Amino acid sequence: MKRVNETKEVAGQSPNYLLAKFQALVDWAVNASRANSLWPMPFGTACCAIEFMATAASRYDFARFGMERQAFSPRQADVLICAGRLPFKLAPVIRRIYDQMPQPKWVISMGACASTGGIFDNYAMVQGIDTIVPVDVYVPGCPPRPEGLLYGVLLLHKKIKGESLFDRVPRREEQPLDDRGLRLPPEQIDEISEPFGNSVHQFRSS
Amino acid sequence: MNPTVDALRATFGNAIGRGLESCGDTIVYVAREALLDAMTWLRDTPEQGYDYLVDVTAVEYRDRERLLEVVYQLRSLARRADLRIKVELDPHGDLTVDSVVPLWRGADWLERETYDMFGVTFRGHPDLRRILMWETYAEGYPLRKDFPLRGRFSRAEQVRQALGANPEAHYSMEELSIAEAYDELPADMKERLRHGERGKLPDTE
Repeated sequence: MKRVNETKEVAGQSPNYLLAKFQALVDWAVNASRANSLWPMPFGTACCAIEFMATAASRYDFARFGMERQAFSPRQADVLICAGRLPFKLAPVIRRIYDQMPQPKWVISMGACASTGGIFDNYAMVQGIDTIVPVDVYVPGCPPRPEGLLYGVLLLHKKIKGESLFDRVPRREEQPLDDRGLRLPPEQIDEISEPFGNSVHQFRSS
Repeated sequence: MNPTVDALRATFGNAIGRGLESCGDTIVYVAREALLDAMTWLRDTPEQGYDYLVDVTAVEYRDRERLLEVVYQLRSLARRADLRIKVELDPHGDLTVDSVVPLWRGADWLERETYDMFGVTFRGHPDLRRILMWETYAEGYPLRKDFPLRGRFSRAEQVRQALGANPEAHYSMEELSIAEAYDELPADMKERLRHGERGKLPDTE
């Protein structure tokens, strides 16, 4: 992919040197601002939300990383933290919340259930919220300790700092549901929802 | 044996099936035709006084010979006595029992849950709809033994149906109490309500 636009030659320098320097400076400033003032939108549905609260409270205190203000409205949020299992009944709700968040926005899937369905490999549970919304960081654990979530937040910082405003990748464009009403092709959803680990051996009549 | 069982036998005769003690609890099987009468009698007879309906649920056993049971847990607050009433139904036949909502208003949601999970129809229930699963849920009754653990549809189809739901449709026509005002509603709202707020109901039309 072509990183920079064509420019005129500047005397004695490589043609794109100054422009590249300028873009790097802009990216650094923008990404540092974004990464260090993430406003989380907590979507707590289960025990992971308890660990999330512990992470927000004084002992672990993710305000140290610029997450001082929790946005309980999607309109003022940057990062959606899905803490806990997601039943199918809540799928349209989290999708609506995600759609209401302004760009740039990121998603952290906290815990085994949000990431894969976890132990709830049954008729009522979404098998990983990545079938509903795009996910940036998966935090494993059941539930993850506050350190785990903080590590996920720091990974997200790293990811944000690697982004560039000048990339032609449509990373920061809205990705609405397709005309089937799905985010991914159905085969892909079936594939990532397949049982794994212990739940392969889980049977019941029929 | 609990004296209530003998009193029930004396009053209702053959409609009362076997009675047994299990872990200190008294269990009485009642024929489904006599259920409402027996429950009314248990609640209104002063010596019995079972005035509190603790729970309504159902059990389907793994053993296919055994019948599906609808379970009523009763308690007499004054006498501090418990009683468990069971009604046996053929899981492949007619799953209908009389509703006890006329006796205990609290049975309303309990019976809705039993209907939602087992497909037991409660005759005379004022508003028998699904309560845990959404109204347009078309895969069946999840706690029945013939229901596959992961549901009947593929995961992609389940996700598609879930995402197609309207998250703002919390209220049914009954909950909004606009049934009386139905004739004055705008045409598009009438159309929407006819098909259920969350989409087309699987059983209608």
